[in-house]
Amino acid sequence: MTPLEITGSLGIVGYGLGAIGPGIGVGLIFASVIQGTARQPEARGAMMGTAWIGFAVTEALAIIGIALAFVFG
Amino acid sequence: MSGFLSGLVPLDTGGFEAPGVQSFDFPPFFASVPWLQAIISVILILSFWLIMARKNAMVPSKGQFIGETAYFFIRNTIARDMIGHDFRRYLPLLMALFSFVLINNLFGVFPFLLLPTPSHVGWPYGLAIMVWVIYNGIGISKFGLFGYLKNTSLPAGVPVFMWPLIIPLEFISNIIVRPITLSLRLFANMFAGHLLVLVFVLGGEYLLLHSESIINKTAGVVALIFSMAIFGLEIFVQSLQAFIFTVLTAQYISSASAEEH
Repeated sequence: MTPLEITGSLGIVGYGLGAIGPGIGVGLIFASVIQGTARQPEARGAMMGTAWIGFAVTEALAIIGIALAFVFG
Repeated sequence: MSGFLSGLVPLDTGGFEAPGVQSFDFPPFFASVPWLQAIISVILILSFWLIMARKNAMVPSKGQFIGETAYFFIRNTIARDMIGHDFRRYLPLLMALFSFVLINNLFGVFPFLLLPTPSHVGWPYGLAIMVWVIYNGIGISKFGLFGYLKNTSLPAGVPVFMWPLIIPLEFISNIIVRPITLSLRLFANMFAGHLLVLVFVLGGEYLLLHSESIINKTAGVVALIFSMAIFGLEIFVQSLQAFIFTVLTAQYISSASAEEH
């Protein structure tokens, strides 16, 4: 007897695991931006420009993960 | 035991089909919708910039103010900050890229179309190949083939014993990985965003109309209301991705044409 049966794609579980790293990374990026803004508010514009690029590069990992979850799922 | 767990066994009831890759396919007659969207976007962009460039008054009207704000945003925030003093040559490319990607992304929240064109992977591939050819062409025409290869794959100041490690890494990262991530980032953001909207709207509709219990119906209503917030998030992500695509293009151009770095 199987107590619990869940059908579906294991790729989604892999995507969940793969989203941990980018989640931490994006959090670190914006934590640094908040800290930097608190220390020097007038530098906010320059920091946000860099932060968006770093955000996109970090987030690309999670996004590639969801694409691969569909490719292999 | 099985009585308790029987509520947890899902997916055997039939009925709801989760949205997936097949949700992006069109029936045969409508297969050219992404092409139509791209053509509409080109017409929109051309007319917008032509109208904005036609009448330039000393005291700007409201329309001219909007056009100038958009122009200065791309010119100052993207081109000048990223490329530096030689940015004027690349400004038309960046303007066209930003407008094209932005309008095509925003088709994802436009009524009756509701499909971002770059969620079909061929469009980001095409854009990324174009950007790849352009930035490599700029570097090669400036330094020659071998000079450009040396510039991209060997940062200045690396000690000699690190060369066997650094040169393949930099080559792979700058020549091969860049276009792949550039296209996949745009594609997957649009794909995932559209899928998220589909999950909330279709799931909410199914819960509301095809299920029995009152809890499910309530959850369906909440999901349908919350899908509006997802649309708001989508507008943000779509604008952000257009910005990121253009910024990265400018950065690739700047690193390909930089003297020493």
